[in-house]
Amino acid sequence: MTHDQDIDVSNLPSYAFDSRGLMWWGTLGIIAIEGTVFVLVLAGYFYLRQRTAEWPPGGLPTPELLWGTLNTVVLLVSLIPNYWTDRVAKRHDLRGVRIGLPICLGFAVVFLIIRVFEFGALDIRWDNNAYGSIVWTILGLHTAHLVTDAIDTAVLAVLMFTGPLEGRRFSDVNDNAFYWYFVVLAWIPIYAVVYLAPRWL
Amino acid sequence: MSGFRQRPFEKGIAQPSRSCFEGRTAGGIALSIASSGCSGIQSALDPAGPQAAHIESLWWLMVWVSAAVLLLVTLATLYAVSHGRQARGLDAEPEATPDPVAERKRALIVAIPVGMTIVTLFGLQVASFTTDRTLASLSTDNAVVIDVIGHQWWWEVQYVETTPSLRVTTANEIHIPVGQPVVLRLQSNDVIHSFWAPNLAGKKDLIPGHETTFSFKADRAGVFRGQCAEYCGYQHANMGFLVIAEPPEQFYAWLKKQRAIPPPPDDPIRQHGQEVFLASTCSLCHTIQGTPAAGKVAPDLTHIAGRQTIAAATLPNTPGNRAGWIVDSQRIKPGNRMPPNPLTPQDLQALLAYLGDLQ
Amino acid sequence: MSTATTAPAVSDTSQERRQLERTWSDPPGFYGWLISVDHKSIGKRYIITAFAFFVLGGLLAVTMRLQLARPENHLVGPDLYNQLFTMHGSTMMFLFAVPVMEAMAIYLVPLMVGTRNIAFPRLNAFSYWVYLFGGLMLYTAFFLNSGPDVGWFSYVPLAGPEFTPGKRADFWAQTVTFTEVAALTVAVEIIATVFKLRAPGMALNRMPLFVWAMLVMAFMVIFAMPAVMLSSTMLIMDRLVGTHFFNPAEGGDALFWQHLFWFFGHPEVYIIFIPALGIISSIVAAFARRPVFGYLAMVLALVATGFTSFVLWVHHMFATVVPGMGKGFFTAASMMIAVPTGIQIFCWITTLWTGRPVTKTPLLFVLGFFFILVLGGLTGVMLASVSLDSQVHDSFFVVAHFHYVLIGGAVFPLFGGFYYWFPKITGRMLHETAGKWNFWLFFIGFNLTFFPMHQLGLEGMPRRVYTYSEATGWGDLNLMATIGAGLIALSVLVFILNVLWSLRRGEIAGDNPWRAGTLEWATSSPPRNDNFDFIPAVAAHEPLWEQKEEPAKTVGLSTEVREVLITTLLDARPDHRLTFPDPSIWPLLSAIAVSILFVGSIFTPWAVVWGSIPVTFALIGWFWPKPGKPKRTCRWKSRHDP
Repeated sequence: MTHDQDIDVSNLPSYAFDSRGLMWWGTLGIIAIEGTVFVLVLAGYFYLRQRTAEWPPGGLPTPELLWGTLNTVVLLVSLIPNYWTDRVAKRHDLRGVRIGLPICLGFAVVFLIIRVFEFGALDIRWDNNAYGSIVWTILGLHTAHLVTDAIDTAVLAVLMFTGPLEGRRFSDVNDNAFYWYFVVLAWIPIYAVVYLAPRWL
Repeated sequence: MSGFRQRPFEKGIAQPSRSCFEGRTAGGIALSIASSGCSGIQSALDPAGPQAAHIESLWWLMVWVSAAVLLLVTLATLYAVSHGRQARGLDAEPEATPDPVAERKRALIVAIPVGMTIVTLFGLQVASFTTDRTLASLSTDNAVVIDVIGHQWWWEVQYVETTPSLRVTTANEIHIPVGQPVVLRLQSNDVIHSFWAPNLAGKKDLIPGHETTFSFKADRAGVFRGQCAEYCGYQHANMGFLVIAEPPEQFYAWLKKQRAIPPPPDDPIRQHGQEVFLASTCSLCHTIQGTPAAGKVAPDLTHIAGRQTIAAATLPNTPGNRAGWIVDSQRIKPGNRMPPNPLTPQDLQALLAYLGDLQ
Repeated sequence: MSTATTAPAVSDTSQERRQLERTWSDPPGFYGWLISVDHKSIGKRYIITAFAFFVLGGLLAVTMRLQLARPENHLVGPDLYNQLFTMHGSTMMFLFAVPVMEAMAIYLVPLMVGTRNIAFPRLNAFSYWVYLFGGLMLYTAFFLNSGPDVGWFSYVPLAGPEFTPGKRADFWAQTVTFTEVAALTVAVEIIATVFKLRAPGMALNRMPLFVWAMLVMAFMVIFAMPAVMLSSTMLIMDRLVGTHFFNPAEGGDALFWQHLFWFFGHPEVYIIFIPALGIISSIVAAFARRPVFGYLAMVLALVATGFTSFVLWVHHMFATVVPGMGKGFFTAASMMIAVPTGIQIFCWITTLWTGRPVTKTPLLFVLGFFFILVLGGLTGVMLASVSLDSQVHDSFFVVAHFHYVLIGGAVFPLFGGFYYWFPKITGRMLHETAGKWNFWLFFIGFNLTFFPMHQLGLEGMPRRVYTYSEATGWGDLNLMATIGAGLIALSVLVFILNVLWSLRRGEIAGDNPWRAGTLEWATSSPPRNDNFDFIPAVAAHEPLWEQKEEPAKTVGLSTEVREVLITTLLDARPDHRLTFPDPSIWPLLSAIAVSILFVGSIFTPWAVVWGSIPVTFALIGWFWPKPGKPKRTCRWKSRHDP
């Protein structure tokens, strides 16, 4: 016997997408934490800037634009397969996900390689002066995010081929796409600060 | 030196007169016991100048306001728990949904202490800002300008003059003229320190990479003690200093004496003492003007015998203490930068005689 | 992909109960304890570990007090003393205060919102292990005479490579990393739990004030702790790989450290304080026999306090070269934050006034809070004034202030919370008379210890001094403070004995010994493994007080897998079911891998690179789904015994 007002939830689904889902909120938490780190380190960049007359100090030229700008393009373009994969996941399209995730992974490999060139083109070491320290830290932090994002995507891609699979895994793809958006969009202010700001300040 | 009385001791820190009433009247002595916290040579509650005096006034205002608030809140709380509306106990029915009309009335009543809180805080802010402005408005016309450079764990003091030969360098003891403003230019040689002489003013940090100025004035003569107030490592606890406020004539006489270069010693013992000084590692760190010793990393000893304390206001400046310090300062102030100097008794006595003349 | 397979409705209640209990239980033995992901088990070990650190930190303090009891004392030399005060502050702030408040949330929030476990249960376990390993690392370093000696906020350049050689400051910085990772993960769990796991009908404006307090704290943790993670990592980098963040000679700045640290450091103390406000609300409501007066004002006050705490940090830097106009803003903000706290205090007084409180031990601790916290808050208003602060900053006056607000504002409520919820956690009441002794010894001892310190500060005694001379005249007040510290130690001993005794011989509590109104009292004491046989449906503010007839329940969750109900954010309408993880070894393995990375990176930067490899594997093992589990075979639909 059941009570009249009892709520029967046995027919509710067993997972959900976007902000209906629990993992989305976990991802949002990570994004908030890491976003705060970025805000603080960028604020630190400007704080250290106003302590010195010359920036970059010591007669160093402003960072060359080639690799950073190229990577910005690659990152922004990667939003397309990311968006597409997210959409097909919400439609429970396994084939689509099995195409989309490897493409995203390909982009990840490309932008990681370009990131290596970015570091190389910096023309200063982290232990030369405070400018070097903060720029390496900013780029290093973002690179750490790229690496974790790439590994997440790779693991998920493998999982979608090998199984075990259930509906929830599509929700995982959806959360991964969410994180990818953050890593790419966070890059935009970072790029502006590291590459463009010294030209304007 | 007015206000200072030396007492006998074996070890320990300088013993200047503690109470401002001491020695004046018997009643004064009784009063000094009763108000043991209100006087002293290292106390914010015994101002000797306008900066400390303004802050002390603000302090008393805030104390009385705070006491009133604490009393009211305590009484209200005690009343609330002892004279409630009805006797109940945990078994009684809880009032799960209090009457909304009654709750609204209570909200209006609660708004009163909330409003009072806001008004009081606003008043205190005004008082605080007024004090800030008053402190900042101290005139620095005709000020004595002194560079104070913090070291681990001593204070380098340099009286600023445009003519180099008129500059005075000393350590751990700052003389100032009563009634004349003093501007300190604060820097640090190593870590963050903080200059705090509570009788005279609030504190200011000495931060490497950031030179800053800080001004105050003494309105009465006296010897005032200060201490570093920002943890700076091992011997932070023993990084004290003295500020000696004296009538202007006395101050300028002292300054003139400080500018004088001591003549070479004229008797064999003192000459031997100077030789010991120059031959040992002393001159690597210390300066004595008129000799080749020009070390800059330790206090200037040119007029060491004239100072009231040694080891940064840690020990009274007696021959006995000087001896102990020279031979093994690590036993007195462990971790300080001066190495032990095992000298023969003969050399030590000669050195002490030489140093004892450096007034 | 496959979704739920419908299952036959089963009607044997006792069999269902046992099945549900088994599904939510941990495997037996020590291994079961190691792999538990149950919030109650994790919460208990968190509380006990944090309390152990509290006792350790207290012993450090007693040692300091013994050294300072007489002038020119020789009990402890400068090197050990400097480690003592650093360890004391770091232990209390990083290893006790924040973890214990989060632990209270871990245990109580899922019960109060009516769910079966905290969100991300394995992450919860991981957080505990990381916290434990961080604390163990710090104390190992201390016992090996490599304890940090730079103060709990580790100012540079003193803590930099030039002035603190060796690894002492690195151990400090990495302890911060451990504890902040632990705290951040718990904060995310709390937010997700409060937002998505509430029982049906528990709209946001029906949540207990305790839950609101924990929610505000969690948000504060997320936005404040990254600052100290960043600054401590920069410190390690300056010391290990030669960066120049804090080196003025190469463009760095000593004040950069202070800004970054205090941007965290000020919210940190409110992160500790705000959960205590939640505890007070719970106790006051239960003991006044009515809900706390002014629910909306209370919630807004919590939120306002949380927000405002982020714009106060420069008041720790009033003695530095920060421009005067800037300082003025921070004076205003630092004073005005007293307003929301004042509102809360007035609301509690009103609640008590319009009820009839029984002065049992939990309420005594609340009353102690009122006196001590208000006094501390008032000295806080004094410190907010730039001028007055310039005298008393970095003196014993400040030591008095922050102990008044932290012990009065957080530890007293915490002890009240211990007395209040001990019955729920263990099933037995703490001994009431011992509780009163505990309280009075603590209250008297505390005031005897810390009130004289206000005077000492005004008399010129700076902080962090291992000794002082006879001539200063500070000896008598210091002796008084030391005697008080002895009383505090005695009161904590009474508490410990009370706990040990009551675990065996305490009065059996029953479900709801305080006849309180919130959901944690709707289940057994201690709670069943699954918390509630059926997730309750909530229709009121204080469900146990207001829902007189047998309230509606949620039926249809599986008894064979760990299912919870996910509800909507605002109104808590049922949205979907989610299977929660079973006990797992992966959180412990991941914590070990992460700890190796953290400890290794104190000694070499390559530890970050090589250490990431086991971490990656551990995390993959953690997330890789288990194949072929039978899903959702049994839905428990009926509620009534036949």
